[in-house]
Amino acid sequence: MPSSADAPVLACRHVSKLYGHGAARFLDGRAAPEEMAAAGVIPAVIDVNLAIGRGETFVIMGLSGSGKSTLVRCLAGLIEPTGGEVLFEGRDLFALPERELIQLRRHRMGMVFQHFALLPHLTVLGNVAFPLDVQGMPKAQREARAREMIELVGLKGREAYFPRELSGGQQQRVGIARSLAADPELWFLDEPFSALDPLIRREMQDELKRLQAILNKTIVFITHDFDEAVRLADRIAIMKDGRLVQVGTAEELILHPASDYVRAFTRDAPRAKILTARAILRTPGPDEAGIAGMVPASTPIAGFAQQVEATDKPFAVVEDGRILGVIDRRAMMDVLVGRDLAGPAEPGP
Amino acid sequence: MSAPALEAAPPLARPRAAALLWPVVGAITALLVLLPTSALPGWMWKLPPSWKLPLAGEVSAFVKWLVDSAALGPLAFIDLTRAIAWVLDWPLALARALLVAGFTTGQGSQAVQWFPPLPWFAVVFLAVALAARVGGWRLALLMGAGLGYLLVFGQWASAMVTLASVLVAAPLAVAGGLMVGIACHRSPRAEKAITPLLDLAQTVPVFAYLVPILVLFGFGPVSAMIATILYALPPMVRIAAAAFRAVPEEVVALARMSGCTRRQFTWKVLVPTARPALMLGVNQVILLTLNMVIIASMIGAGGLGYDVLTALRRLAIGAGIEAGLAITVLAILLDRLAQAMARASERGRHHGARAPRRYWLPVLAVSAALWLAAFLAPPLATFPDSLQLSTAAWWDEWVRWINITFFDTLDAFKNAVLLNLLVPVKRFMLALPWPWVALVAAFAGWRAGGAGLALGALAGVLFIVFVGLWEYAALTLYLCGVSVLVAVTLGVPIGIFASGRERLWRAVEVAIDTLQTLPSFVYLIPIVMLFRVGDFTAMIAIVLYAIAPAIRYTAHGLRGVPAPLVEAGIANGCTRTQLLTRIKLPLALPDMLLGVNQTIMLALSMLVITALVGTRDLGQEVYSALAKADVGRGVVAGLCVAIIAMVADRLISAAALRLKRRLGLS
Ligand SMILES: Nc1ncnc2c1ncn2[C@@H]1O[C@H](COP(=O)(O)OP(=O)(O)OP(=O)(O)O)[C@@H](O)[C@H]1O
Ligand SMILES: [Mg+2]
Repeated sequence: MPSSADAPVLACRHVSKLYGHGAARFLDGRAAPEEMAAAGVIPAVIDVNLAIGRGETFVIMGLSGSGKSTLVRCLAGLIEPTGGEVLFEGRDLFALPERELIQLRRHRMGMVFQHFALLPHLTVLGNVAFPLDVQGMPKAQREARAREMIELVGLKGREAYFPRELSGGQQQRVGIARSLAADPELWFLDEPFSALDPLIRREMQDELKRLQAILNKTIVFITHDFDEAVRLADRIAIMKDGRLVQVGTAEELILHPASDYVRAFTRDAPRAKILTARAILRTPGPDEAGIAGMVPASTPIAGFAQQVEATDKPFAVVEDGRILGVIDRRAMMDVLVGRDLAGPAEPGP
Repeated sequence: MSAPALEAAPPLARPRAAALLWPVVGAITALLVLLPTSALPGWMWKLPPSWKLPLAGEVSAFVKWLVDSAALGPLAFIDLTRAIAWVLDWPLALARALLVAGFTTGQGSQAVQWFPPLPWFAVVFLAVALAARVGGWRLALLMGAGLGYLLVFGQWASAMVTLASVLVAAPLAVAGGLMVGIACHRSPRAEKAITPLLDLAQTVPVFAYLVPILVLFGFGPVSAMIATILYALPPMVRIAAAAFRAVPEEVVALARMSGCTRRQFTWKVLVPTARPALMLGVNQVILLTLNMVIIASMIGAGGLGYDVLTALRRLAIGAGIEAGLAITVLAILLDRLAQAMARASERGRHHGARAPRRYWLPVLAVSAALWLAAFLAPPLATFPDSLQLSTAAWWDEWVRWINITFFDTLDAFKNAVLLNLLVPVKRFMLALPWPWVALVAAFAGWRAGGAGLALGALAGVLFIVFVGLWEYAALTLYLCGVSVLVAVTLGVPIGIFASGRERLWRAVEVAIDTLQTLPSFVYLIPIVMLFRVGDFTAMIAIVLYAIAPAIRYTAHGLRGVPAPLVEAGIANGCTRTQLLTRIKLPLALPDMLLGVNQTIMLALSMLVITALVGTRDLGQEVYSALAKADVGRGVVAGLCVAIIAMVADRLISAAALRLKRRLGLS
């Protein structure tokens, strides 16, 4: 492998995708949106820079039409950006010869689609084996592998069903099994659960977390649901009108939103479950009275809220036996109800 | 708020001006028609011979040159056409040997048959076994009944001739159409090049390309098959292209993400995903192939088509109807079989059907045994005469009875329509000076679709005039116009009435489907019997053939009106009539216009066929060119029909689009 362990698997530099005729002349980014609209040019993605590490679950969020799908299609090499480059392990995806790109897709990338994209003429087994069939794998071998995948997503016994005989959740499981059949390293999921109802959706998220724990892929996941992002993401990127507004962990986005747009996304997030003791600790004052107890730094607030609530005294936040700082009832409540945070918060623009 | 008011002003003013436009055009037209002919120069009706373009002669000369002396290096053009004919002859010869002639050696009267064709009981057994396998006992029953009809009514021999050519032509047309459709999908440039050719192929009357085929490929079943393929292929291309376009974008992305090569994408994703829509194309090809059977028999196809044609010429109504129905039976059987096969291939694999080998080996063994039986005992192979019957005499008797009993009524009816409708319209059309028609066509084009359409319409009219066919074109417009008028006046109310009544609508749908499956010639026979030859007969045949889309699209449009709008109307207290006139009809109007468009297209294609009953328009021109094998005359007259069809199509489509936009439907 050409790169060291923590070099990004996938990166993009100044990627822009403008739809419309003669769109390239607007690449310098100086034109006003109105000017582009007058020329019939639609900016879907504008000047995006990203680096996604190996094994990371990277979630892209944004309102409808903010360019998420377009960005992920650029990252997957499905559409060529108008400007900028997409690097897979340091190599420009669009400079690769056709043959190599096909090999790359066959063996190292997988994708799950919002509307499942199952082939209507194939059974569950046929659909899951499809990528292997395309690779030219012999029938017995690819069906064995497909059966494994079907079992993995919990659809054992339905191998001979056709897509139209399955529920939405089951269909998406097929989509997931199919995208995993070739054992890709890089896994794209474009709003895979948006078409599902909330209960199944929740179940599928758990399923995905379970799979990720087993398989440990590099994941690029799109959603417009912050809860979903929080449940799955290592890092979250927020997009608005084609631009990347902020990239960070859920905690960072909640505590330090770069704009009101980001704040609006995080407003209804379950803070008690996301924020950890580390995020809200403060340095103890000189006249601090004795501490009531100790809390591990990585515990979410929900894990110790009752204890802290019960007393006026602060708790010590510890990690590896060291005390990092303290938290008390008042600071905790401030954070939970979203009152402007004292101390580390920078004023939002 | 003043801005909306300002914006609203022009659309209010516009309709008022527009409402005046067409009455003015109408008034001028009336004036021109009523004017004594001497008021305008004569060339406005009849072009002096010296002005005419000698296009027909040039086309004839070109084809003659092709046949006589064109060559690519050492390879003469005529060798090329012979080679094509030779290649196509192989599958056809095989199918004919199997079903009709048996395997023979030697030529003509010296031919020695060393093995007979499949006897009728083997064919019936195989077909029923196939039907049972793919479509269950219902289809098997239908198959048995259909083939039984052919046997009992003595149509078997001819039906096998027809079946042999259909079994070769239809798959070739499907495969060819699929290939062209794939090419269109892969390259937008190819699509751009092919689309106008498709337009032309679908609007030029079939007779017009029979002539060059006849000259290039000679008289015989192969020529007939080539004509059939050419006729059935364009709709397949269109349907395939549309089916591929409808494949979801995500599925395309999936194929790419799986690392499909172009070929894998086409055959593993594109075609299978589009298959249900493609089956519609197969259905169309089968229907068109069988529709062509009669026309193809004019250049040597033989079979059922030939039987209908000769019956028509002898005015033998019973024989004609029996053979015509046999064609319909074949069409229905083949179509249902193809549909069932498509469904079976989707379903069969996992729902525990018996392994194909365990089914087909016994079936084929039995068929072979039956075949052998026919070889060993030849008399077995003919269906016993005692079991055959014919309704021909009964039909003949029946028509004679009607003719005798109702002669006066029928004649009075015919004369009334002739005197009050056909003759006046004919006079009117012939009295129109062509420069005015060209002007109006251009103006209508400009109003509906802008400068491009205006120029196209103008060029079309001028072409017709300067090849010297204006008079024929006027007669075409007259017959076609009257027929469309009648079809629409009858069809639209039927559509409106049936659209709201679920059961009735289903019955009407079956009726118009049947009307469209019947080969168009079949209509002619009883009508000719009742009304003898002439424009009136032609009109009735055209109306019967072309009324289906008028009904279908009207009902579709009405049934497609969004439910919330209807509910809004009800909530506002509309009566049933108001609901229809204020809400449903305006919204259904674009669809209805498309129906009128289709009606015109069908009317034009039927028009050529009615040349057989002695009309005197472009259709007759094409038909007599065919009879004299005059390539140039046939092609030019055919082009004129195509031009009329295309101009009408573009004008109406553009108008429908404009209307749709105005109603905010697109
Ligand atoms: N093929 C295309 N041609 C023109 N414009 C396009 C095309 N595809 C996307 N766009 C435009 O690009 C913008 C971003 O679209 P995109 O599909 O990436 O949004 P999204 O964030 O995925 O939205 P959603 O959440 O609804 O899926 C939109 O304004 C869209 O109209
Ligand atoms: Mg999207």
